[in-house]
Amino acid sequence: MNSSGGKGSMSTASSSAAWKAGDVVPDQFPAGLRVLVVDDDPTCLMILEKMLRTCLYEVTKCNRAETALSMLRENKNGFDIVISDVHMPDMDGFKLLEHIGLEMDLPVIMMSADDGKHVVMKGVTHGACDYLIKPVRIEALKNIWQHVVRKRKNEWKDFEQSGSVEEGDRQPKQSEEADYSSSANEGNWKSSKKRKDDDDEAEERDDTSTLKKPRVVWSVELHQQFVAAVNQLGIDKAVPKKILELMNVPGLTRENVASHLQKYRLYLRRLSGVSQHQSNLNNSFISPQEATFGPLSPLNGLDLQTLAATGQLPAQSLATLQAAGLGRSTAKSGIAMPLVDQRNIFSFENPKLRFGEGQQQHMNNNKQINLLHGIPTTMEPKQLASLHHSAQSIGNMNVQVTSHGVQGSQNNSLLIQMAQPQPRGQILNDSAGSHAPRLPSTMGQPILSNGIAANVSTRNGIPENIRGPGYNPVSQTSSMLNFPMNHTSELPGNSFPLGSTPGISSLTSKGAFQEDLNSDIKGSGGFMPSYDIFNDLNQHKPQNWELQNVGMTFDASQHSNSLQGNLDLAQSVLVQQGFSSGQMNGQNRSAAVVSKAMFSAGDCTEQGNAQNVNHHLNNLLVDNTIRIKSERVADAGPANLFPDHFGQDDLMSALLKQQEGIAPAENEFDFDGYSMDNIPV
Amino acid sequence: MERNPMRRQLAIMRQSLFDQGYLDEQFIQLEELQDDANPNFVEEVVTLYYRDSARIILNLEQALERKPFDFNKLDGLMHQFKGSSSSIGAKKVKAESTLFREYCKSGNAEGCTRAFQQLKREYDTLKRKLEAYFQLARQAGPAETACRRK
Repeated sequence: MNSSGGKGSMSTASSSAAWKAGDVVPDQFPAGLRVLVVDDDPTCLMILEKMLRTCLYEVTKCNRAETALSMLRENKNGFDIVISDVHMPDMDGFKLLEHIGLEMDLPVIMMSADDGKHVVMKGVTHGACDYLIKPVRIEALKNIWQHVVRKRKNEWKDFEQSGSVEEGDRQPKQSEEADYSSSANEGNWKSSKKRKDDDDEAEERDDTSTLKKPRVVWSVELHQQFVAAVNQLGIDKAVPKKILELMNVPGLTRENVASHLQKYRLYLRRLSGVSQHQSNLNNSFISPQEATFGPLSPLNGLDLQTLAATGQLPAQSLATLQAAGLGRSTAKSGIAMPLVDQRNIFSFENPKLRFGEGQQQHMNNNKQINLLHGIPTTMEPKQLASLHHSAQSIGNMNVQVTSHGVQGSQNNSLLIQMAQPQPRGQILNDSAGSHAPRLPSTMGQPILSNGIAANVSTRNGIPENIRGPGYNPVSQTSSMLNFPMNHTSELPGNSFPLGSTPGISSLTSKGAFQEDLNSDIKGSGGFMPSYDIFNDLNQHKPQNWELQNVGMTFDASQHSNSLQGNLDLAQSVLVQQGFSSGQMNGQNRSAAVVSKAMFSAGDCTEQGNAQNVNHHLNNLLVDNTIRIKSERVADAGPANLFPDHFGQDDLMSALLKQQEGIAPAENEFDFDGYSMDNIPV
Repeated sequence: MERNPMRRQLAIMRQSLFDQGYLDEQFIQLEELQDDANPNFVEEVVTLYYRDSARIILNLEQALERKPFDFNKLDGLMHQFKGSSSSIGAKKVKAESTLFREYCKSGNAEGCTRAFQQLKREYDTLKRKLEAYFQLARQAGPAETACRRK
């Protein structure tokens, strides 16, 4: 900043320090707010930068969306808010918005010279927290900090609302943790976390049946942790108790894990099995009708993965699982194929959809519901691609994708794998174009990503069950697809191809539904996001995780799976400061935050410093909001979500309704675990 | 009122730009951003604008040479141009851009061509006037020009 003196020079740490959810905001706030502004127009960019500096914000400007995304990914907690133009040559602003929402869960403000109602509405539906008409006046920028605070407050609120037994203990801890002001906090946080962990663990076990069980929202991070644990144990040996131990998430009960595992197995089965049927399953998954819907989605993926890992589940068992998991009818007879024509969550069939472009139509046409439950169709293409990429053989696919297995693409492959060889092959083939790569030959990896992808994909027509990954509700199916696709590189550690940005955005962009779904996804479990995030994480900064993990004392160990570790940490930390691990941001955060446990400051990827923690915390807050969003959407979902073919319009209206009314969608996700955000109706 | 005759002249020139509708309120926003740390901010922005928008103008010209017109593309280009122009407060240029876009939306090729010619005229006129303005501002002395109005 110019000579503004101290304020302008506020460091990142201090600015984040300023952010204490619920606390008195430091005097300097909002000075030092870290803004990332993205606009391809150099004139506007220059003016905006100057205006923001005049507001005493810390500004980073960027003229390309891709650059902005990588900046955000590299430094997940490096920014508090993003301002982006709508029309950019390299990437649509809404797509960027989706990505950011999914991956980092930061508030995003859209801008454009276009003030048409349609465009502004698009901003709303894609999750922008504000929309500015150009030319932007400085007065409009002066108050953007409110979006950051609001998001954080919402996250906190969610966190606190998660009704878990631990809540009582956690809350005080949370407030500590919420203080992300500095390393001091981190220290507190860590100790709180430990304390909490101990308490929680004990409590969890005891209370599961007696106390009101908080609903667990299987956020992306949480799911990744789960997947990592499952992978570590081996799909056949993965029993809830052991998984729970490995995950080490405070507040998580064996029951939570068990039900999630069931769904996951279904998911895996689906992945490897019937592609079309899978979609069906997915659909059913998504149908909000079931209470467990929300959680199912991610689980489905998981299940499938598990199934896949173990070798194909017989259609029947898969179906059963799914049915059980879903509680829905779709699971009939083994793999519910029916949905094939529904929008495909994972559009295996459309490799080209991969990035979104095709997706939309694909989704609509295909209607295939991705094999994976709740795997967003959009993700599919990408995921499939990634799946193919790695796996190359349908048989094996095991989710190579990320060590933890869940990458959007993986799901696809899993789906493919699972089930019947035939379908699989086909699926793969179909999708192969696009996704496949990810599937590793060894199924060991959870297909989580697939599941997630599926979740995401379901967006298309499938009512959102996808809640899981918490993708942005942006409805472009295509975006989802992209998402996994990018990830071909499978992050060894990451199960989620979060990294692939395209995918992420695609997730959100899937059509109206998607929005719902997305939001759900985001909230619920954020599986999808996880993929990317993790991938991203892996790719970008494995070290970060390690750091984080170390801090967290989690056994992130694994390597790239450290993400998961991070997740664990994060989760166990519960609410800690935001685990915004940079990478995990998008999903992890949301997921984590949501599930009470999530708030762990653990944030993994953060570069491992205290500051990060703070940021994380911030992020957490942000994430929470996302969760909430998804939750909301979920609400809208149930009614709409269900039908195999959901009219996008229905979804859209539902979504809109939700958005307006902020329905507590949260209920949808009831995984029988913690409810991350009980968004009150 | 400015003591220095040059400054006074500068103020008069500036006021007429507003009065004649060449500039709007957004220009004042830019002026307000100018401070000691960036004493030539407005001029820098305007220079950047002309440099960048020249590229868009060129693209527009090329697009207008291809028949039949690709109205979507033209509209897209003009959207960009309009965004830039509005951000520096180029009022007349912005109005012409809007008109051009209307013609694009209605597929009126003839209207587009005319509107574009008009737009270029306004664009060039403004450029000349602003160049003169900044030149005078530099001569009048940095202190005054850096002074925020309002």
